[in-house]
Amino acid sequence: MSVLVDKNTRLCVQGITGSAGGFHAKQCMEYGTNVVAGVTPGKGGQKFENKVPVFDTVWEARQATGCNVSVLFVPAAGAADGILEAVDAGVELVICITEGIPVIDMMRVKAEMAGKKSWLIGPNCPGIITPGECKIGIMPGYIHKPGGVGVISRSGTLTYEAVWQLTSRGYGQSTCIGIGGDPINGMSHLDAVKLFNDDPKTEAMILIGEIGGAAEEEAAAWIKDNCQKPVAAFIAGATAPPGRRMGHAGAIVSGGKGTAAGKIEALKAAGIAVADTPATMADTLITTMNGRK
Amino acid sequence: MNIHEYQAKELLQKFGAATPAGKVAGTAEEAEQIARELGTNALVVKAQVHAGGRGKGTFANGFKGGVHLVKSPAEAREVAAKMLGQTLVTHQTGAAGRVVNKVLIAVSVEIEREIYFAVLLDRATAAPLIVASTEGGVEIETVAEKSPEKIMREPIDPLAGLRPFQTRKLAKQLGFKSDQIKPAAKLFAALYRTFIESDCSMVEVNPLVVTKKGEVLALDAKFNFDDNALYRHPEIAAMRDTAEEDPREVEASKHGLNYIGLDGNIACLVNGAGLAMATMDIIKFYGGSPANFLDVGGGATEEQVTEAFKLLISDENVKAILVNIFGGIMKCDIIAQGIINAVKAVKLPVPLVVRLEGTNVDAGKKLIAQSGLAVIAADDLADAAQKVVKAAEGKS
Repeated sequence: MSVLVDKNTRLCVQGITGSAGGFHAKQCMEYGTNVVAGVTPGKGGQKFENKVPVFDTVWEARQATGCNVSVLFVPAAGAADGILEAVDAGVELVICITEGIPVIDMMRVKAEMAGKKSWLIGPNCPGIITPGECKIGIMPGYIHKPGGVGVISRSGTLTYEAVWQLTSRGYGQSTCIGIGGDPINGMSHLDAVKLFNDDPKTEAMILIGEIGGAAEEEAAAWIKDNCQKPVAAFIAGATAPPGRRMGHAGAIVSGGKGTAAGKIEALKAAGIAVADTPATMADTLITTMNGRK
Repeated sequence: MNIHEYQAKELLQKFGAATPAGKVAGTAEEAEQIARELGTNALVVKAQVHAGGRGKGTFANGFKGGVHLVKSPAEAREVAAKMLGQTLVTHQTGAAGRVVNKVLIAVSVEIEREIYFAVLLDRATAAPLIVASTEGGVEIETVAEKSPEKIMREPIDPLAGLRPFQTRKLAKQLGFKSDQIKPAAKLFAALYRTFIESDCSMVEVNPLVVTKKGEVLALDAKFNFDDNALYRHPEIAAMRDTAEEDPREVEASKHGLNYIGLDGNIACLVNGAGLAMATMDIIKFYGGSPANFLDVGGGATEEQVTEAFKLLISDENVKAILVNIFGGIMKCDIIAQGIINAVKAVKLPVPLVVRLEGTNVDAGKKLIAQSGLAVIAADDLADAAQKVVKAAEGKS
């Protein structure tokens, strides 16, 4: 078991003939992900790597291949439309890697997705991986190991850091979800926590957040009342100056809201162990897990 | 990105939002000419710098105040001459101050009432939200603290936009008289249009005023733009004034680097925004102080890494450098080669701690070892942070 993706996932890659899309599609295939279709408007009929059929639309790709998950590597100006195209085609899970999508575009996407069955992960995210089964995104596959820790994060490389710490200490991961660094995104920390809470294979979770917004606080409040599994957390940006966007469009402290201190306090109040530094994310979780045995 | 007051005024005018008449001048002669065209003797001259606190600021030449009420075109010329080309120091500029290159000449209005009005993007609901208050002219955070009941919130449907009835309801709630409801509603609608069509994350009008003559005007406006959307607003991107920014950040942006200058002495070069923030945090945790935030991103080239490294070295406050890379898309050997190229061009003036992990890590480590660079290698993040803090203190 795992959440959202596994060896049965049938993946479509939007933007497969582009340089980033092509590079990462190949990496995912080498990891063992079942890439069944690619989409690039105007390039329908081609084969990617002499193997994967390329279609002009996601609709056609879904009809022809039964793809149930789609990942986007399309430029920012067309990404919002690409997400909605995949949702319209009935794909269950849409993962948007693209960085730099105007936030007003994402606001409209989110409003149009209300009531639809599809999940969105991202944008501006590394993707999702169920180690040993399915890798969708740009994370290096080899740092992962199958196991029981669910990882949720707004940041790419900080996720790799946590995963590598876990793997080096012998702890594998059930699924790792990068929810992305934008102010308006699809799946929230809380959505992911609920999925992991219901997944029998996930024994514990690491929740990685950063300054800006209130998604971590929302997850913390729910965990306090509903989650029995051990959870450790880390919040990046304690030293970030207020009012400045720290690389991620969503990482900003404004009007005294969304500070690291506020988030850490909310997490601790919910009984979640918070790592003092990014170097101790795995150790903090392991200590918490051992304390419960 | 920040813009000047006169640019904000131009943007509001473009969308039909009423503001006091006025224009920007680059010379004292222009200031007089504009004052004459405005056809009134109730005028204000305002120094154009990005910092707040202009009214209470002082010029390096001794002239007091960056905002002056004047009574004639001749006086406008006189005051403008004392401001232009001079350095204005306010509580927000720091001791170095900012050079005033332009002044705004505007009609000075007599204020009857002050309102606070803002349109912002609410992250929690993923929708626009209007925040307004009858307590204008003061900071909204202060109102929120002292009298939260005086703040009203009007959520907006992201697909339908601001409905006309909502503008009338807001006007009523804000206590506008019946004959002012229409102009107030019109101004609110124009401000919302400015917000959406300019891709803002916030438009804050404080104060929005009712004049003694009964006009409803946006007196001052602050804009936050969505950097991701600037590509479709070249006219807004052109409003950027690099003279108002940290020169280190201006240089970084020329090379497409995500850099924010801070005042510590440990420079860091990291890939990924989250890890870059976390690296600053861990430096602080071990008693050091970061000199910058720098995310070279996933797709940086060798040249970009070289430019980034040169930028770090050129900062005189820097006493040590930490390179922290977790290669995913970014390959460790690209980073290593970029650093080696930079150090070849500029001699390495301070200790350098390098922590590499992830894609092509062995190739990266080999390149550095072969280069003969005096690098302090670190095993993991904690080790790297402790070593760089020690190095910055002169103990390595």
